[in-house]
Amino acid sequence: MTNVEYLNKGLDQLNVADNSLAPARKNAITSFSKMGIPGAKHEEWRYTRIGNLFNKDYQFPAKKEGFSKTDLDGIRLPGHEEANELVFVNGIYASEFSVIRSKELVVQSLEEAAGNENKEIVALHFGHSSSLLKDGINALNTAFVHGGIFLNIKKGTVLSQPVYIYTITDARRESVLSQPRSLIYIGENAQAELVETYVTIGKADSFTNQVMEVAIEKDAKVGYYKIQNDRQQANLVSTTHFRQLGKSYLHTVTISLNGGIVRNNLNVVLEADHCEAHLYGLYFMGGDSHIDNHTIVDNVMPNCFSNELYKGVMTGKAAGVFNGKIFVRKDAQKTNAYQSNKNILLSADASVNTKPQLEIFADDVKCSHGCTVGQLDEDALFYLQSRGVPAPIAQSLLVRAFATDILEHITPKAIHDYVEQLISLKLEYDLP
Amino acid sequence: MLKIQNLKASVEGKAILKGIDLEIKAGEVHAIMGPNGSGKSTLASVLAGRKEYEVTEGSVEYLGKDLLELAPEERAGEGLFLAFQYPVEIPGLTTTNFIKTAVNEIRKYRGEAPLDAVAFLKMMKEKMAMMNIGQSLLSRPLNEGFSGGEKKRNEVFQMAMLQPKMAILDETDSGLDIDAIRIVANGVNKLRNKDNAVLVVTHYQRLLDYIVPDFVHVLYNGRIVKSGTKELALELEEKGYDFIKNEVNVGEGV
Amino acid sequence: MKTDIASIEKESPKNEQSAIEDVVLNEYKYGFVTDIESDSAPKGLNEDIVRFISSKKNEPEWMLEWRLKAYRHWLKMEEPKWANISYPPIDYQDVIYYSAPKQKITPGSLDEIDPELRKTFEKLGISLDEQKRLTGVAVDAVIDSVSIGTSFKTQLAELGIIFCSMSEAIQEHPELVRKHLSSVVPITDNYFSALNAAVFSDGSFCYIPKGVRCPMELSTYFRINAENTGQFERTLIVAEEGSYVSYLEGCTAPMRDENQLHAAVVELIAMDNAEIKYSTVQNWYPGDKEGRGGIYNFVTKRGICKGDNSKISWTQVETGSSITWKYPSVILKGDNSVGEFYSVAVTNNHQQADTGTKMQHLGKNTKSRIVSKGISAGVSNNSYRGLVHVGKNAANARNFSQCDSLLLGDKCGAHTFPYIEVKNNTAIVEHEATTSKIGEDQIFYCNQRGIDTETAVALIVNGFAKEVMNQLPMEFAVEAQKLLAISLEGSVG
Repeated sequence: MTNVEYLNKGLDQLNVADNSLAPARKNAITSFSKMGIPGAKHEEWRYTRIGNLFNKDYQFPAKKEGFSKTDLDGIRLPGHEEANELVFVNGIYASEFSVIRSKELVVQSLEEAAGNENKEIVALHFGHSSSLLKDGINALNTAFVHGGIFLNIKKGTVLSQPVYIYTITDARRESVLSQPRSLIYIGENAQAELVETYVTIGKADSFTNQVMEVAIEKDAKVGYYKIQNDRQQANLVSTTHFRQLGKSYLHTVTISLNGGIVRNNLNVVLEADHCEAHLYGLYFMGGDSHIDNHTIVDNVMPNCFSNELYKGVMTGKAAGVFNGKIFVRKDAQKTNAYQSNKNILLSADASVNTKPQLEIFADDVKCSHGCTVGQLDEDALFYLQSRGVPAPIAQSLLVRAFATDILEHITPKAIHDYVEQLISLKLEYDLP
Repeated sequence: MLKIQNLKASVEGKAILKGIDLEIKAGEVHAIMGPNGSGKSTLASVLAGRKEYEVTEGSVEYLGKDLLELAPEERAGEGLFLAFQYPVEIPGLTTTNFIKTAVNEIRKYRGEAPLDAVAFLKMMKEKMAMMNIGQSLLSRPLNEGFSGGEKKRNEVFQMAMLQPKMAILDETDSGLDIDAIRIVANGVNKLRNKDNAVLVVTHYQRLLDYIVPDFVHVLYNGRIVKSGTKELALELEEKGYDFIKNEVNVGEGV
Repeated sequence: MKTDIASIEKESPKNEQSAIEDVVLNEYKYGFVTDIESDSAPKGLNEDIVRFISSKKNEPEWMLEWRLKAYRHWLKMEEPKWANISYPPIDYQDVIYYSAPKQKITPGSLDEIDPELRKTFEKLGISLDEQKRLTGVAVDAVIDSVSIGTSFKTQLAELGIIFCSMSEAIQEHPELVRKHLSSVVPITDNYFSALNAAVFSDGSFCYIPKGVRCPMELSTYFRINAENTGQFERTLIVAEEGSYVSYLEGCTAPMRDENQLHAAVVELIAMDNAEIKYSTVQNWYPGDKEGRGGIYNFVTKRGICKGDNSKISWTQVETGSSITWKYPSVILKGDNSVGEFYSVAVTNNHQQADTGTKMQHLGKNTKSRIVSKGISAGVSNNSYRGLVHVGKNAANARNFSQCDSLLLGDKCGAHTFPYIEVKNNTAIVEHEATTSKIGEDQIFYCNQRGIDTETAVALIVNGFAKEVMNQLPMEFAVEAQKLLAISLEGSVG
């Protein structure tokens, strides 16, 4: 546990407004004072050290001023012409840059929603991620929550246009510690596709501690895609917490291609019978990147199905961490939960730590996990070479093949093609 | 030997058997035929004592005892044998060890001393020769990785080892080619004698070419709607089950 | 024909059925107390107790210093809290750290052993005489931390093999003990190993000289007898270049309402081309159905494949203890060395087990294999915790792990916590885990063949655990199969 003076000072000066965010914030303030920044002794942070990231001269709380529309145009994702675009700059929602194309989509500031007709929803779901993430870093975001949004995709709404969420860090003038926050409510029978991306501009240090909480109601269908291809100085802890409150369908794909220290917490809580969740991930990192994918699938109710497949390719001096936890609670009989993690090490200095875990308290279940760490198939490499394909190309063909069964789960075509293109570039420049 | 009266049974509240009457005497072979979903396998399972099936009415008398009062293993002890349609796999438990346990448990039930290894082995060799089954199959874990034919042969081999008085063959021919059916049927025929009885449950007539029944009953919609001799099976083969369905429906005025 | 009979005999011991009957009648059948006078230290722990133990054992100065160092370090340590187990705080001042059966002289042969003790062994089902005559297993027996007698010593000595109690080794072979003791598990390693170093009262020592293949299984039986006694034994096995040894240990304890602490340390050292096979059948008293009493089994076991082409294999069948905290590990230092871990852990009623292994790959072309089978019943919790670490220089390291859990009943828990750390890009590591329950269709199939449910469960569980059971020496396998059946009595149906 690391104690950070400017955070403690900030905590003392906090004025918690009396709205439906307050109970969670008060808890978070207590938790953070008690737990601080997690250190290596914290089991969930054993392989990912973030203490040092706080010893920087950050602008905190961060401000969004200085960022322009021209800056945004340089970083918009393909397909944006037909998407809703929500923009966070240094952790603060910037309505001036955001574009809402679907008229059914309701976007409000979290503070506003915590006081209006949505306050009940906010009270129910805001801060729920802390029930699974018992560390100071999650509490830190909740305690200081500021500039966040509430997104309401109401009952029966089928969004025909995806929602792109940009988390932008502007570190051109000074070092930035930012904490974006959002709460998304997806009503009964609603459907939505969410795409998140992270971009840092400027050369100063940055650390982003993001939390997104998503509540999914009965018969809703959600696709969620997280694309990370930031700079090597950009450090990120990104938490996405899903609650499936009724029989619903969730599909997530997490792609990490570049960054500094990147930690993704992905939680899925299956709180109703017959929920279905699919979790896919690809991390292909080089340089000095550190990628940590921490997932929790929490089966609370019976008859749910979950399938998880994460694949990693490590090159350069990159370090990969996978930590997948499956809980099957006492009442979650007839759970089917599968998890698989496959890793390839391409260079002598790359490393992987993986920790798949099963915690099972019900007996009538089918659960399995598997993980592997190895290399590209020597026989396949030789086969390609013997057909005249030079070794480097053979290698990149095989890495691409390895990644395919993750990429094919990215449904929005523009995003799928974009990720493929990023991977091609990476294969060209990053392979040893 | 076996007397079934007005037997009704249901699964999860759904009535499957709607009043079965059937009597089987020592030395007889009966066949129960019927279309899919008619309740054939349910009847076999109820007789063996599967607890998912709830008997709601009727009685089954077996060798003078109330069969329905007995636990599954007691029914086995009394000489009732069910050859499963889908024999289960038990990883790590060799077939030999399994059969040896079964043989001695049944002997224990009957108050007989367990067979020692030598006597057991002698008996096993004898039945292996009779059933034309190899040692390698018996050294493998029970049914694990067995082909469909191997599983069914293993069922009949167990029947030979346990020497039942009343054997029920539940769709023993399903999924087998004609050569495999012949092997299995030969096995069953070798075990027939005047003191035991066989109930063959099957969808197709072809098994009955090899295990020739004394009586054939047609089960439809939870009831025996027609009984006859082996010719009935041939008639069914020729005309299909629709003719039965029509007859029944007409009879019931539907 | 002959081989057939043998194979049937091996799988299905003649008295298997009667063993299951015994189960119905007996609960913990090893829970008798032997009426032997014992010589104990007062309760509690301080430097004087450490000195008392050392002087009782007539130890040289360096051993006392070593113990005191460990004790002083232990004072500064905290009890580990990370395992998936819970128990009320242990009062370390409420434990008797030394209890020896009163024996005037070390017996020169088994015939000189106290007849009461001999009876104890017979009740345990291990008549020393019989073992000696029939199986050719050399036995060392440790009761309440003190070694009672080692059989076959003369025969072994002819080959240059030393197999004796640890106290005797300290007297007779101080140079060997001093060289190897705590070289694998340093006294500062962990809380319980430090405590062990401070107060251990005996254990077994085994030394296999260069090129010798030990012709018989070496075996130790541990038993806690006295009340309020902790057992802290220490075992050290050294296999010199090109040697081989297979070692077995068995453990039992009487039924008592309070919990008793067992904190043992085992160290194995395998030099070039040497092989050590270490098998354990752990059946300490597990506590009663309500979770009262039972042994806290907090054990540190570690081996080092120090030489090239060496091999260490751990096999364990863990059915006893109210709490098990144990991770038999292998440090694969020599090139081409091999580490194995085969485990069956059964928990029933209120038992808790957090057990697994660590495979530390340091040398080149090192291989490890982990097969863990956990069976949970009652309201117990059973966790597998394992680490596979491939160091930077461990080129071509290979590991395969299989961890399966079987659940009997809906109030128990099965947990899997594997840690896989790979720092070399030529390594291949594979881990698989499954969790399932005994199928009702499997039980029904057995019932239909005349096998009752209790027996069916025993057959299915033994099948599930077979890959591990096959690793045990035959006479142990039979015992272990019975234990599995006994441990799960009444858990289904």
